Amino acid sequence: MTPMLRLLPWVAVLALAPLVFPQSGALSLLSQMGTMILLCLSMNLLLGEGGMLSFGHAIYSGLGAFGVIHLMNQVGAGALAVPITLLPLAGGLVGALCGVLFGYLTTRRAGTTFSMITLGLVELVSAAVPMFPELFGGEGGIAGNRVAGEPVLGITYGPQVEVYALIAGWLLVCGVAMAALRATPLGLMLNAVRDNPERAAFVGYDPQRVRYLALILSAFFAGIGGGLAAINFEIVTGEYVGAARSGAILLFTFIGGGAYFYGPIIGAVVGVLFSSLLSAYTPAWQFYLGLLFIAIVLWLPGGLAQVLDHLARVLRARALAPALARCCARQAAAGLAALAGLVLGVEALYRLSLGNLLGASQASLALGKWVIDIHGVALWLVAALLLAGGIALLARGRLAWRAAWRTAWARVEAFEGRRHG
Amino acid sequence: MLSGAAVAACKAGILTEKRESHSIALLFGWAGTAAAAHMEFTLITFLNGLAYGFLLFMLSSGLTLIYSMMGVPNFAHASFYMLGAYVAYSIAGLLGFWPALLVAPLLVGAAGAAIEHYGLRRVHRYGHVPELLFTFGLSYLVVELVQLVWGRAPVPYRIPPELDGTLFVLYTTAFPVYRGFMLLVAALMLLAIWLLLRHTRIGLTIQAALTHPQMAEALGHNVPRVFMLVFGGGCALAALAGVIGGNAFVTEPGMAASVGSIIFVVVVVGGLGSLAGAFIVSLLIGMMQTFAVAIDQSLGALLAALGWSPPSGTALAPLFHLTLAQVAPMLPYLLLVVTLVLRPKGLLGRREG
Amino acid sequence: MADTPALLVQGLHKRFGRSLIIDGAELELRAGQRCALIGPNGAGKSTLFNLMSGRLRADAGRVLLHGHDITARSPQTINRLGLARSFQLSSLFPRLSACDNVRCALLWRLGHRYAFWRRLRHLPELTARAHAVLERVGLGPHAQVAAAALSYAHQRTLELAITIAADASVILLDEPTAGMNRAESQAMVALIREVTAGKTLLMVEHDMQVVFDLADRIAVMDNGRVIACDSAAGIRANPRVQQLYLNRSGHAA
Repeated sequence: MTPMLRLLPWVAVLALAPLVFPQSGALSLLSQMGTMILLCLSMNLLLGEGGMLSFGHAIYSGLGAFGVIHLMNQVGAGALAVPITLLPLAGGLVGALCGVLFGYLTTRRAGTTFSMITLGLVELVSAAVPMFPELFGGEGGIAGNRVAGEPVLGITYGPQVEVYALIAGWLLVCGVAMAALRATPLGLMLNAVRDNPERAAFVGYDPQRVRYLALILSAFFAGIGGGLAAINFEIVTGEYVGAARSGAILLFTFIGGGAYFYGPIIGAVVGVLFSSLLSAYTPAWQFYLGLLFIAIVLWLPGGLAQVLDHLARVLRARALAPALARCCARQAAAGLAALAGLVLGVEALYRLSLGNLLGASQASLALGKWVIDIHGVALWLVAALLLAGGIALLARGRLAWRAAWRTAWARVEAFEGRRHG
Repeated sequence: MLSGAAVAACKAGILTEKRESHSIALLFGWAGTAAAAHMEFTLITFLNGLAYGFLLFMLSSGLTLIYSMMGVPNFAHASFYMLGAYVAYSIAGLLGFWPALLVAPLLVGAAGAAIEHYGLRRVHRYGHVPELLFTFGLSYLVVELVQLVWGRAPVPYRIPPELDGTLFVLYTTAFPVYRGFMLLVAALMLLAIWLLLRHTRIGLTIQAALTHPQMAEALGHNVPRVFMLVFGGGCALAALAGVIGGNAFVTEPGMAASVGSIIFVVVVVGGLGSLAGAFIVSLLIGMMQTFAVAIDQSLGALLAALGWSPPSGTALAPLFHLTLAQVAPMLPYLLLVVTLVLRPKGLLGRREG
Repeated sequence: MADTPALLVQGLHKRFGRSLIIDGAELELRAGQRCALIGPNGAGKSTLFNLMSGRLRADAGRVLLHGHDITARSPQTINRLGLARSFQLSSLFPRLSACDNVRCALLWRLGHRYAFWRRLRHLPELTARAHAVLERVGLGPHAQVAAAALSYAHQRTLELAITIAADASVILLDEPTAGMNRAESQAMVALIREVTAGKTLLMVEHDMQVVFDLADRIAVMDNGRVIACDSAAGIRANPRVQQLYLNRSGHAA
């Protein structure tokens, strides 16, 4: 399949999404996903491709965002005549410049030391932000107006759909660039340095230089993402460069899966769904996100992308034996039961502690029309039963599941071996 | 006394006409006069810095042992500190402070051991990055869990009445009994760890397992159990710090984040696995932060006292209007970055992370 | 120019803590010579390799590659100057395919540096040469298999392939037949002879059959020094070597 053809599904998804979800709230969500996907893809350039775990990625996107919002204000004031459409590039350049400066410090070391330096740096930058109120706007941050300058082709970026189009456009361009990057000499050596930095040196490459360049490129794309976020939200605060934002990007990228190019895309979508959609339904969304992350680290270190990939390969090899399907269904049902019990307990617990604070009338747990008494024993019994029962069933079915999976996977490997051989 | 030295230094500076000694003399003079006039301030700040430093050491001692053992930093360490405070609050509400002091660290330590056994050990197989991420996710989860059970607002975890009072009065400022208590507990804890590691058999096993796990296992020691004990022990120490620190400072969901990154600075700068290093750097940072926050002088004023007038109107001019107190939060991280770039082994560490 | 030795080691010293591992090692290899480095365990053979290839820094002494001083240079600089080494424990890029492993080894040689504006697909010479190398060593059918998934013998072969891919003029092989049975050893020996034809070869070996098959000179190390460097016959007749191997009873040469 030619690369242009491979691009088609992605373009279609990007183009059709706003048509399927035309409500303003949905468009806003899609825009957020767009910027987050870009941030996670840039993060994966380091994490998945380079094996570099950075806790300070938001430095580059955040500073890029600040750059763009200042420029946007300049455009709005008439001091600068640059179309808003091109402003994210400025964010990218700011990010790249910061990558040149900070990256020099961070990439001097590798492994855990590198991660610790990034942690120190992000805290340093966060602590420095209140010190320069002209640049970073202090507590309130810097606000801007994206309807600035002369409209190009009638696009003012007033309506959300136009902002979405801007984000989608940049995402497509940057996504293609980052995908192509993996198949360049630098991309290949980045993988080599990830796998075995010593051997990379012995074939003629300076591992430090490879990592440094990768970080600058990653910071460039992160800066573009930050710039797009600045345009979308029209405000940039100190939180944009903080450890919490960096942690979120890391979380989402890992949940999606670092070994696949589309992993961060999945992770970003899931992450934004949790933070922007689920947050409207329950105050415990961060708890669930944390649980999901821990579960993935413990049992699915390849991320959600690996789950999809393995499923696709099983189906392609026609290895989906009835035994496997049955095991899968059983485990899924047990898992769902446990999850239901957990959610019930967690929601009730939140309402209880909230009730202690705000008074019993404020906190109630309702499932549609049915109000559940959170002080009653019945609720807790049901929740405990579901959770314990679900876990017990999962544990019991584990061996059978593993055996079924192993047979199926052997068939997959045989099938693929035949295809390659 | 200090002023006399300052005068002598001034004379020496003027006689030799060297600019550096002139500045140093001025610095001594300024410090001397400042200190003499603010003797009380200095001493009280020193004692407060000491207490903060000891608290940091209580936290980072466990962390440096665990870091040395696992080879990866345990991001959840400060979360166990927070858990200790919250659990102590709940127990103290039921049984009083003194049972809480004993029970809370044990409970949290047990939880830590369980987490090591069921979670960390499994992730260890996948490599360093998943291990780091596991502790990172754990820290995230514990904060949420705490908010789930105890709510988002600070909880009224108070100093017990028998420890609430003034130990002594220095000039006009009262030094609370509780600070003294904190110092005492931290000192006792340090002594206990030192004795345990140096003079008991299990301590010897731990030391061996920390640096040569395979050899220790080949010699018949149950190394996984040692790891579990060290991890649980480290968490218990963190919880103990929480029990003591939680009521002196505020007990709220943000307490882990505020102290979490600082203890990493301590552990990294002090050197992996080095308790002595952690001790020195804890006190250093404790003093540095306490003094910096208390000194409300702007950088410009400080430099002016040294005889250098900062150029106004340049791009860096706003920097000089910043007070030391405003810059204070940055200082530990500056130290961290500088250390990692120049000397990743830290002050007294024996190997790089 | 013809007089400059390909590899010259002068007065090399290396200390670890209080142990002096390399104690004034001297070695000279002319271009095209094939030399085997033998000696009892602990003699310092691997350390000497590491010092020559830049993995360790010498405390004193010099290493010259075609007349260039490479004593304190980084491994990548030394490699770029024309010295390639293999490892006793295969040091591959596990998640990359065999073909990608070899491509990595070829990239710098073909002048691509840190290019990120050109795609590998548009570099036909790179892929063609990588496949040629793989064919030469017999790994052609396994080109797309991830290095970690190869059998032990294939991994050792890939290790060799990476080492010789970039056409380095001086090749250091560290126990290339380690862990192989007789048949595999013989195959490896034939392969090494073929792919290092015309190159300067220095290899550490314990298997004397391999040594006699491949090397035209033998250097014997003991206690951090090279005590003899001569043809096979010369070494056999050397009294110091005899004393070394006879005095260590039970150690079959």
